Amino acid sequence: MAETKKLSIIAFSGDFDKLTAVFTLGTGAAAVGYEVNIFFTFWGLDAIKKKQGRSFTGGNWLTKIFGFMMGGLKVTPTSRFNFLGAGPKIFRYLMKKNNVATLEELVEAAKALGINMYACEMAMHVLGLKKEDFIPEVKDVLGVASFLKLSDGGQTLFI
Amino acid sequence: MTFVKTKIELSKLQAGDILEVLLTEGEPLDNVPRNAKEQGYNVLSVEHVEGTTHRVTIKK
Repeated sequence: MAETKKLSIIAFSGDFDKLTAVFTLGTGAAAVGYEVNIFFTFWGLDAIKKKQGRSFTGGNWLTKIFGFMMGGLKVTPTSRFNFLGAGPKIFRYLMKKNNVATLEELVEAAKALGINMYACEMAMHVLGLKKEDFIPEVKDVLGVASFLKLSDGGQTLFI
Repeated sequence: MTFVKTKIELSKLQAGDILEVLLTEGEPLDNVPRNAKEQGYNVLSVEHVEGTTHRVTIKK
């Protein structure tokens, strides 16, 4: 089979550890020649926000508060051992110490490898986010039907 | 991740350029030369440097 292999990941979680899994798998697959699509939805959208800290992104007062509470890549919590935000710092320290790529490095690698990143149209609507709130590497805003079409014929993961 | 970094560095080079990668034994040392070969790069040598470190020379 000469056709390119394909991996599509639905990044639902906004947790530091699960996003690390998303980007580790994605960059690993892209490096060995896979076409990689990542569809960011709901909490996962935090990973691709332009503002990586906390900011009042959103449409109305409610989504602005949600936007602030959710934050961006730099303030993602761990799914376990978060310790009120100390957890990700400890993990970042352990990763650096053991020469393992940190989440930020993985995201940069994903950009360099040309991984296709997409944002979920419906989740953006709910959270009052616009395409301009995301990093420019986000190719498009999609719904389920378009994502299914993209992922057709490859492997799909939900993280 | 070692191959991810290698691949990104290779993409910055011109055809014919040479990349040296220092790798530790185990997964990175198995994985990087194998994947480089599979993707059509020329693995010129794998030499032992010291301890568990090896130097892999790849030609684009």
